[in-house]
Amino acid sequence: MSRPGRDDAPDRLYTLTQGRSRTGPASPFDLVTLVVAESEPVAGMQSEHAAILRIAQFPASVAEIAAELRLPVGITKVLLCDLLAAGRVSARHPRRPATTDPDIMEQVIVGLRNL
Amino acid sequence: MDSATSDPRTPLGAPADNGLKIVVVGALGVGKTTLVHSVSEIRPLSTEETMTRAGATVDDIRQVRGKSATTVAFDFGRISLDAHNVLYVFGAPGQERFWFLWDRLFSGTLGAVVLVDTRRIDDSWYAIDRLEHHGTPFIVACNDFGGPVHAPKDVRAALDLDPHVPLIDCDARSRQSAQQVLITLVQHVRNRYAGPSLPAALPRQEFV
Repeated sequence: MSRPGRDDAPDRLYTLTQGRSRTGPASPFDLVTLVVAESEPVAGMQSEHAAILRIAQFPASVAEIAAELRLPVGITKVLLCDLLAAGRVSARHPRRPATTDPDIMEQVIVGLRNL
Repeated sequence: MDSATSDPRTPLGAPADNGLKIVVVGALGVGKTTLVHSVSEIRPLSTEETMTRAGATVDDIRQVRGKSATTVAFDFGRISLDAHNVLYVFGAPGQERFWFLWDRLFSGTLGAVVLVDTRRIDDSWYAIDRLEHHGTPFIVACNDFGGPVHAPKDVRAALDLDPHVPLIDCDARSRQSAQQVLITLVQHVRNRYAGPSLPAALPRQEFV
């Protein structure tokens, strides 16, 4: 399978994000942050932004969005930051630290047993 | 379409709001993708991260042209635990060039499974060393490749494994076995943090 994010010239990724290769330390997006679209794609929108809005009609993790876009995670986060700043998506961040929350750990074990 | 569960686009329910992650680390060919596939409700997806080794301070994508650029691909699957909690299981390579991405991608993980091929135990030393360094709770699961059975104490000795780290056998092709691997890990994590005196042992949880 061709993976454009890997094989294309880096120039393409550079263009997608206007040169930003990653988000700053304040980036709110974790690999498993669930993203939800808050608006429909509109004409003239950058195609990657429109694609994210379609993927995130239901909650979708940053990892899933990156995989569907076939873009590196860092680039995907940059695109998501744009959409978040514009109010076009909302972000449901992981509750932290889950490991010290006995309720969540119990929910995980119950969920795994029910597989 | 085979079924709803084989479609990678099967969407999560609208109330899903808490993503959790477990990382399966191991050498090439040890069965990471197989294990992820065995427990995932979606066909495993693949994504990647590209960065430069100097990326911590200077990070300009133009440097991707340089020889220091590294691309690391990883597979992952998804398990909807209940209406709100979604567990993502990532299969990640164990070799050295991967680990500088750990903080960026896998900080805040519940824990890790080190998947071991007992015919190639040496391949796992580095991963165990790094997980200990990062303070990430982990278990060791020996994938059954049909070779000679090794006594747990021999494997433990060969890995120089801390006595409190669970060591189990598994068949990554089996959903039930893979499920038991994840349950063993989460129980280990729960027990590790159950005590009142362990906040100092928390792994780093920063966002990256």
